[in-house]
Amino acid sequence: MQKADIIKIVSILAFIVLAPVLGGLLEGIDRKISARMQRRVGPKITQPFYDVLKLFNKEYISVNKKQLFLLLSHIFFVVFAGGLFFGGYDMLMVFLSLSTASIFMILAASSTHTAYTGVGTVRELVQMMCCEPAELLVAVGFYLASAVGGIHYASLGLANDPSFMVKDLINVDKPAIMYMPGFFIAFVFILTIKFRKSPFDLSTSHHAHQEVVKGLTAEFSGGAYAITEIAEWYEEVMLLGVVALFFVTNNPISYIWAALAVIIVFFLEILIDNTSARVKWDLMFKASWGVILACAGTNLLVLEILPQVLRH
Amino acid sequence: MKSFHKSPWLLHYDASSCNGCDIEVLACTMPRYDVERFGIINTGNPMHADIFCVTGGVNEQNAPVVKQIYDQIPEPKVVVAVGTCACTGGVFKECYNILGGVDKVIPVDIYVPGCAARPESIIDGVVKALALYQEKHDKMVKEGRGLPEGE
Repeated sequence: MQKADIIKIVSILAFIVLAPVLGGLLEGIDRKISARMQRRVGPKITQPFYDVLKLFNKEYISVNKKQLFLLLSHIFFVVFAGGLFFGGYDMLMVFLSLSTASIFMILAASSTHTAYTGVGTVRELVQMMCCEPAELLVAVGFYLASAVGGIHYASLGLANDPSFMVKDLINVDKPAIMYMPGFFIAFVFILTIKFRKSPFDLSTSHHAHQEVVKGLTAEFSGGAYAITEIAEWYEEVMLLGVVALFFVTNNPISYIWAALAVIIVFFLEILIDNTSARVKWDLMFKASWGVILACAGTNLLVLEILPQVLRH
Repeated sequence: MKSFHKSPWLLHYDASSCNGCDIEVLACTMPRYDVERFGIINTGNPMHADIFCVTGGVNEQNAPVVKQIYDQIPEPKVVVAVGTCACTGGVFKECYNILGGVDKVIPVDIYVPGCAARPESIIDGVVKALALYQEKHDKMVKEGRGLPEGE
């Protein structure tokens, strides 16, 4: 086995084992900081683990036996997407797996046919409509940026072979953020939706927030809800990994900048969560598509034109 | 197995209270008392709840509602009656529409008296409920109920 293969396997295994631990701690820190912002003491940062352990020991009630299978499929595809990302595979594949996971989540929720999950699933579909364009555009942006900011660009005066592979995207001379700041803004914007943070926590919400009796997750009891929580931790770690990807280059020092950027983005999400009220779905839709078109769209145009300008 | 009482999620239902006790229950989650430091979350969903907090006496119309919410909470669960009305019916006991305390409809584990019940006594009641919650949980594990594979 080659060295690259070993690194790949180790990082995938590290993701599968460490992501729930990291994700749980991040949620604990989130709750602690939120509490401090509201001048409360707040729970311990290990609280999410107590919650999940408790949920696994609660009675499992469900009106549809398929629910558990669909939820397990959901967590499988979330872990699969994360594994692809940290294993250095295709960015498009990562985001498509994530969409598949969301579809399983929607199926699991709607399998119970209740009013609250009905509202929750419709809203989740709207949330997906807001997130998907940005996700796919970010993948395309990385592809184009890798052509511009490729390793041999300067020396050969030619565009490097563009790539969707994460292993190529981390092996560039200049960080992707230099070429795709617009994509970054759009991605951070939809992270608020992805993390189910106020003002965009329409389909389901966190902690003590309540909307349509927990919407999407209203019918998940005990272990089923615990699985949802763990899947969310995996997803959170993966999405923060994408944030880091904007800053990572072939220079090891860039990882420090990436970590710093992740911390700042994470704090920003908590701040937005605590300083804004929930909006209606149409405003979320308009706002996210507006930001995506204005920021990522402009950036996309520039990235398309830039290589041709530079070549001449 | 000792960590399960560290995350009790509360479901609050107002049967026919004057709202005095409801305000006090909500006051518990505010910065002054901050029950979230014990891991207590005020959830709106019976499917996620562990502790059922009922305020006010039960009347003819909401008796089935109280019963249904109780049935929707997965085991183990603890019921806390908050306030004099929830305990016995209080000053409304003789009203033609009031059945009496919550225990006329569902089994109540902890009674928190007071009109309105003080946040301190509500927290005290919930902490007592936690001990009972752990007891019920251990009993449930012994009997092997509740886990998905045991279904």
